[in-house]
Amino acid sequence: MAMLEVRDLQVYYGMINAIKGISFDVNEGEIIALIGANGAGKTTVLHTVTGLVTPKTGSITFNGVNLLKIPAHQILSLGMAHVPEGRRIFQRLTVYENLKLGAYIMNDKKQVEKNLDYVYTHFPRLKERKNQVAGTLSGGEQQMLAMGRALMSNPKILLMDEPSMGLSPLLVTEIFSIIQEISKEGTTVLLVEQNAKKALSIADRAYVLETGSIVLEGDAKEMMNNDDIKKAYLGE
Amino acid sequence: MITLIDGLSLGSIYALIALGYTMVYGIAKMLNFAHGDVIMVGAYAIMVTLSCSLSPVVAIIVSVVLCTLLGMIIEKLAYRPLRGASPLAVLITAIGVSYFLQGLAQIIFGAESKPVGSSWKLPAIPALNKHGITTAALVTLICGIIIMVVLTLFIKCTKTGSAMLAVSEDRGAATLMGVNVNKIITITFAIGSALAAFAGMFYLLQIPNAEPMLGAMPGITAFTAAVIGGIGSIPGAMVGGILLGVVEKFCLASPLSSYTVAVKFSLLIIILLVKPTGLLGKVSREKV
Repeated sequence: MAMLEVRDLQVYYGMINAIKGISFDVNEGEIIALIGANGAGKTTVLHTVTGLVTPKTGSITFNGVNLLKIPAHQILSLGMAHVPEGRRIFQRLTVYENLKLGAYIMNDKKQVEKNLDYVYTHFPRLKERKNQVAGTLSGGEQQMLAMGRALMSNPKILLMDEPSMGLSPLLVTEIFSIIQEISKEGTTVLLVEQNAKKALSIADRAYVLETGSIVLEGDAKEMMNNDDIKKAYLGE
Repeated sequence: MITLIDGLSLGSIYALIALGYTMVYGIAKMLNFAHGDVIMVGAYAIMVTLSCSLSPVVAIIVSVVLCTLLGMIIEKLAYRPLRGASPLAVLITAIGVSYFLQGLAQIIFGAESKPVGSSWKLPAIPALNKHGITTAALVTLICGIIIMVVLTLFIKCTKTGSAMLAVSEDRGAATLMGVNVNKIITITFAIGSALAAFAGMFYLLQIPNAEPMLGAMPGITAFTAAVIGGIGSIPGAMVGGILLGVVEKFCLASPLSSYTVAVKFSLLIIILLVKPTGLLGKVSREKV
């Protein structure tokens, strides 16, 4: 059984059918990329998985638990963390306060300190700036903070929404290599990206989303050599 | 000097009420216009407890507990069903709750103003009183400052406090951190209403009469204070409240005394013209 199973998911925004019955799996240890153009519904899928949006039909199962029955604020304690689109860090709080909020559900203070060290090792920049107000960080640092904040609760799976958005190519490479490191250390990753090339280069498997439907799925390396994908998403 | 102490004292009453407005606005994104009437309920609670010949200490406890529960009940019954509704619907509901509480008080206690009881007063401190400083003003000022310091520490140093800041900034992101937004909103209403109960007590020390409209004027003044300070900002509410209290007392002591109310509200207009976000209000910036 897959760690995360999504079946026949349909999401409506009013009359608009944003997600038209999609199914996908994420297995433990994998990096899964969900790629597609602007407006394909990638963010909606993630929001539905973490309970911010309620689907019309379908099922979402995480380690055997039906997520649709769980209130949004309890999903993190099951081990699923979400790095939202546009980072959505708490701009008026400091870097340290943001990270502490990432561990809001943790009661073990020692574990929180350990997680803080873990985050600071992966993002030394955050340690240097721990007392800085988060709103004054650069875009790349804000992305690092959003990722660090999500890692503060020892998630089993990390859902990442457009981590490359608005970042320089150099920073994108840095962020993606950190995603790979985190994955190697045992966290499963579901990555939503417009930057298909980057996403496919680190992913194990990938799904291509077009206007609310999955049009293609398969091995990420094979997909990079697929002529249709090359033409539509890789700009070759 | 005496006017200043009186002003600071009245200002801390306004600040306590303004904190309730500003916290609820910051966290639930709504203007709770029934907030002033919670003060009135607290005042009647003191009156009723004292009339059962119980001690003022019991009256204080009854008033705080009752107001806290009232705040939570109002939120649960009147506002929670409207979560996600248009702000106008919520605003109208809040005004409705306000009239409901005033009407209820009129039915139960009558429209006329009633003395709260002779035991509701502070002992005289001759050394101060002979200089014209009343004990009530001093106690109000000191207690007001203590309550504000405790509140600031609570928000700064506890998990619940930082969850409140998180919810006020981004409800969705706070949910993703595992924060139960509904619970935080309930806690906010509880704290705001408890502060209103304290404000009511201090108010009764100055004017020891309870009436159904008691909360209206302090409520609207404190709301003005919250807006002057920057609605949603906790230090802003404190600064705004104290500023209005001082201005009011100095106005009353000057030849302009009959224009006091006009001066208070003109201050709002002037400050909003110069700084539309209020004194300590923050402009939210988007960074991509």
